[in-house]
Amino acid sequence: MRNWDLLREMNQMQRDIDTVFRGFGLGRLFGPGFEAGLGLRDWPRVNLREDDDHIYVEALLPGVEPDKLDMNVLGNTLTLAGERSAGDREKSGRTWHRRERGTGRFLRSIELPVEINPDKVRAEYRNGLLLVTLPKAEEAKPKRISIKVR
Amino acid sequence: MTDKSMTVSNDQAVSREATRSTARYMTPPVDIVETDEGLILTADVPGLDEQNLEISVDQGVLTIEGKAVFGTGSLLWREYAMDGYWRQFHLPETFDASRARAEIRNGVLTLHLPKAEAAKPRKIAIETRH
Repeated sequence: MRNWDLLREMNQMQRDIDTVFRGFGLGRLFGPGFEAGLGLRDWPRVNLREDDDHIYVEALLPGVEPDKLDMNVLGNTLTLAGERSAGDREKSGRTWHRRERGTGRFLRSIELPVEINPDKVRAEYRNGLLLVTLPKAEEAKPKRISIKVR
Repeated sequence: MTDKSMTVSNDQAVSREATRSTARYMTPPVDIVETDEGLILTADVPGLDEQNLEISVDQGVLTIEGKAVFGTGSLLWREYAMDGYWRQFHLPETFDASRARAEIRNGVLTLHLPKAEAAKPRKIAIETRH
């Protein structure tokens, strides 16, 4: 849990730096709105959500064939690995005007904020978006305690 | 190739982009290549399908816009904006937008913009006379 707080703090710090850059017109490149290619920052980018019973990980994996995608859960660490192939983009006789999308292999580990039940993890890949549903371990679920009135 | 020779001019010139905050809209990264036939634009738009992606060309401005549907639940950690995608490009008149076609697969959009017939490179045979 302590680690998690540190990460969150770093995220806040990055956001502060982004704000500074935005003032100089560079924010477009570093802000959350720009999904940079591979190699420029953590890839794939993820958003984490939770409800009472689950943690949801949404990862942006456009153009990755599902059979080239590996997912592992060990303890409360989720690891995504795979490869995005270049396809036919390296054909000759072409003039490049813009090249912002990266290709190649990637690996990313995400530490989850609570213990999870690794046996019941589900993952779904649709339209370039990977949605992983991780059920929280029983001891990590919030418990409602009823209060008796006398 | 210098920046000046780019067929696609800088999309930052479109002032409307400033109204689309990057805190809410993602700017999809694109590859643009030119062949003899036309331009091929490839954009990463994960989360979109043919239903919620809109591509339009209006007065020489190509707009790629989409509303992605992401999950529910309270947010713990955020690395990308969630309202959708938005990006604009200026197109030179040498492209025939009426014959453009687009396809989307695994969250990657491929847009083919053919060149107008008059703008295609043509080889001119030279006759020699003696």
